[in-house]
Amino acid sequence: MSATTPSAEAPEFFVRSTHDHDDGHHHETGTMIGFWIYLMSDCLIFGSLFAVYAVLGNNYAAGPSPKDLFDIDMILVSTFMLLFSSITYGFAVLRMQMNDLKGTQLWLIITGLFGLGFLYLEVLEFTHLWHEGATPMASAFLSSFYTLVGTHGLHVTGGVIWLITLLIQLSLKGLTHENQRRVMCLSMFWHFLDLIWIGVFSFVYLTGVLL
Amino acid sequence: MSLAQTHQGPDYSHLDPIFGKLSWESLPFHEPILVVTFAAVAFGGLAVFALLTYFKLWGYLWNEWLISIDHKKIGIMYMVLGLIMFVRGFADALMMRGHQALAASGAEGFLPPHHYDQIFTAHGVIMIFFVAMPFVTGLMNFVMPLQIGARDVAFPFLNNFSFWMTVSGAVLVMLSLFVGEFSTAGWLAYPPFSGLDASPSVGVDYYIWALQLAGIGTTLSGINLIVTIVKMRAPGMNYMKMPVFTWTALCTNILIVVTFPILTATLALLTMDRYVGTHFFTSELGGSPMMYVNLIWIWGHPEVYILILPIFGVFSEVVATFCGKRLFGYTSMVYATAVIMILSYLVWLHHFFTMGAGADVNSFFGITTMVISIPTGAKLFNWLFTMYKGRIRYEPPMLWTVGFMLTFVIGGMTGVMLAVPPADYVLHNSLFLIAHFHNVIIGGVVFGVFAAIGYWFPKAFGFKLDAFWGKVSFWCWFVGFYLAFMPLYVLGLMGVTRRLSQFEDAAYSAYFVAALIGAVLIAAGIAAFFMQLYVSIKNREQLKDTTGDPWGGRTLEWSTSSPPPYYNFAFTPRVHEVDAWWHMKKVGYKRPTDGYEPIHMPHYTSTGIILAGILTVMGFGLIWHIWWLVVATFIVAIAYGIGHTFNYNRDYYVPADEVAEIEGKRTAQLAQES
Repeated sequence: MSATTPSAEAPEFFVRSTHDHDDGHHHETGTMIGFWIYLMSDCLIFGSLFAVYAVLGNNYAAGPSPKDLFDIDMILVSTFMLLFSSITYGFAVLRMQMNDLKGTQLWLIITGLFGLGFLYLEVLEFTHLWHEGATPMASAFLSSFYTLVGTHGLHVTGGVIWLITLLIQLSLKGLTHENQRRVMCLSMFWHFLDLIWIGVFSFVYLTGVLL
Repeated sequence: MSLAQTHQGPDYSHLDPIFGKLSWESLPFHEPILVVTFAAVAFGGLAVFALLTYFKLWGYLWNEWLISIDHKKIGIMYMVLGLIMFVRGFADALMMRGHQALAASGAEGFLPPHHYDQIFTAHGVIMIFFVAMPFVTGLMNFVMPLQIGARDVAFPFLNNFSFWMTVSGAVLVMLSLFVGEFSTAGWLAYPPFSGLDASPSVGVDYYIWALQLAGIGTTLSGINLIVTIVKMRAPGMNYMKMPVFTWTALCTNILIVVTFPILTATLALLTMDRYVGTHFFTSELGGSPMMYVNLIWIWGHPEVYILILPIFGVFSEVVATFCGKRLFGYTSMVYATAVIMILSYLVWLHHFFTMGAGADVNSFFGITTMVISIPTGAKLFNWLFTMYKGRIRYEPPMLWTVGFMLTFVIGGMTGVMLAVPPADYVLHNSLFLIAHFHNVIIGGVVFGVFAAIGYWFPKAFGFKLDAFWGKVSFWCWFVGFYLAFMPLYVLGLMGVTRRLSQFEDAAYSAYFVAALIGAVLIAAGIAAFFMQLYVSIKNREQLKDTTGDPWGGRTLEWSTSSPPPYYNFAFTPRVHEVDAWWHMKKVGYKRPTDGYEPIHMPHYTSTGIILAGILTVMGFGLIWHIWWLVVATFIVAIAYGIGHTFNYNRDYYVPADEVAEIEGKRTAQLAQES
């Protein structure tokens, strides 16, 4: 250890007082950026699935093609369900910022119902296709279609489970710091899934029917 | 297979409802090598169990280590995991070398082909995923928060969970040795061979689920460490004042987050092919095996940079410290690291030039590959210029560093040879390639890990490692490496392909025997390393370091005690220059001895290990098609994970008195020293 005496102009080497340094707030931003990075990693999973669909999506193997299968009207309904659920989630966050617990919960419940409606239509679509003989085993196109759309559906399912958990936590603890952070994280997750769906809708369904 | 059958997917009707594919025949009683290994492992395991029970260490182990969310302890546990798996992976290597030496000399060898195929697959998988990755992650975990003056990582619980997910994967790989069998499809499991038709056994399933579980841990750990570096640096440490090791850790973790999801997706698609009967990578109904090869290498090539970048960081720290100079070209080092990070994403196709992508595509990827040698060369010159006119101390970490510089350059040059597409058409899939990547991975990653262990061991445990045995280990490794792998270059040029267990021609004999001798020398090097650990622990009083700064270090981890207190720093440091601790020593800082404040710390939690344990069982169920177990463990895991979010009591404040007591002891110790 150096024995030199500190010179007069030696700079300060330690944070002596932490009063100006709010630890809790510090951690908060860490969670948000961490969750955001997680979403980007998830985005790459979808990116891979989109790439696979782009490469294999035309390999019908003498089976049905998108034109034979997709019911674009129904898909449009489910697309709007998901888009509206993003808006209603936005309302929930606005209510939360006004510190209105009841309003937050109400809008979250509406969001969840939209999510469930979307999932219901997706299950309906999948079972219908399956009965038509268009199973994931029938061609590379159908393999990649089911996997891409199904992965999105699984994410929405996870989002709904998270939403229910969060509703319970909100009713137990109210709009605490932690719960507000969780509402914001789920908000990012929900809008992210919406964004992915826009990609699925235009890239899989719309181009599938049009081209 | 008829069209109707391919439409239906796999047939599960013959499965046992309770045990799935598992039966008495799954246990390898017919393989004498495995029976003996199992007996040895079981005996060793029982001995460890008995010792822990006899000395009543279970409570200590559980409360102080397994459920710990202290980044230093998690880092050390990663290193222990890496070491254990290293012994396993090296045993595989030794068996291959022994078998090939016999087989090339006219004998039959002692490994049946099917067993041999499992061994080279297991060797590759273990060495990359369960040796190199834990080593690298462990180093980043232990060192990086100390270097940036933080008290822990951003998400300490997640850190513990990530570690146990890695262990979970390792457990499944080890289990495949005694229950069922491992994959025979090589370390990247190319379809169609890894598909259900060619590999119907559980081998590939072990591979898939081990990597999926470990991969989740790796991705989460990558996110965690990025946030730590971005958000938790000590005041004053802007990006261009970060230690180089922290810089390389940042780039590595970015690479982890942008590549591991692709591995997850790719393996998930292979799983769909095997479990559901989809046609992503089959050769039927529109599937494309080359799609898999592309995807897996988009992950796979950055992966090798994930391994080597932090090691470049290690060498940067070691060179600067043991030459007593600041690192030459800090800025260029940072840019070189960032450029390598970006380029590593643009070269994947050089792993399969022979796919037939055409001259233009091959040229593009050949050129991007060669371009990587420019920033890498810049790094080498930086290390050389740091040594130039420095007061070099040849402690073992520095020996490893010089050994690395010599060896890595050779490996880099054979890499550039392979990057030339026409040359690659001749050399690909040959032992030349095997020699090349062992040249960079052993000469780079392994040498670097040993340098890092020697360098930071005193920080972790408070005493240095014995230098004599360290040098013995280095020389055995160094000579052993050349003896083991230079013959493989020659064999590759003679046309010997990789993964062969039988040979027609006796002309190869001498080279394979030389390689075996090299492998035995490396074994001696490993033995010397364990000897070094043993001798150092025995002589820990003589080797003790009370200063916290045994090498004359330059970065912040040397400013705290060895081992550091659990909160790392009583006061968060303020940083003014690149080599923050060197600057503090030069200007004459004064260690504060009063005015302690309460420190905000997280609670330990057993959630990570329990959750990973449940998921390991789920992985086992998936491998053996025990569906009820999969459903049950899945539901339990989700419920347990959600239950954890209802725990709002996650952290506490260390009282100022406790900090004062710990720091007071150190003050007394330092006073005694001077």
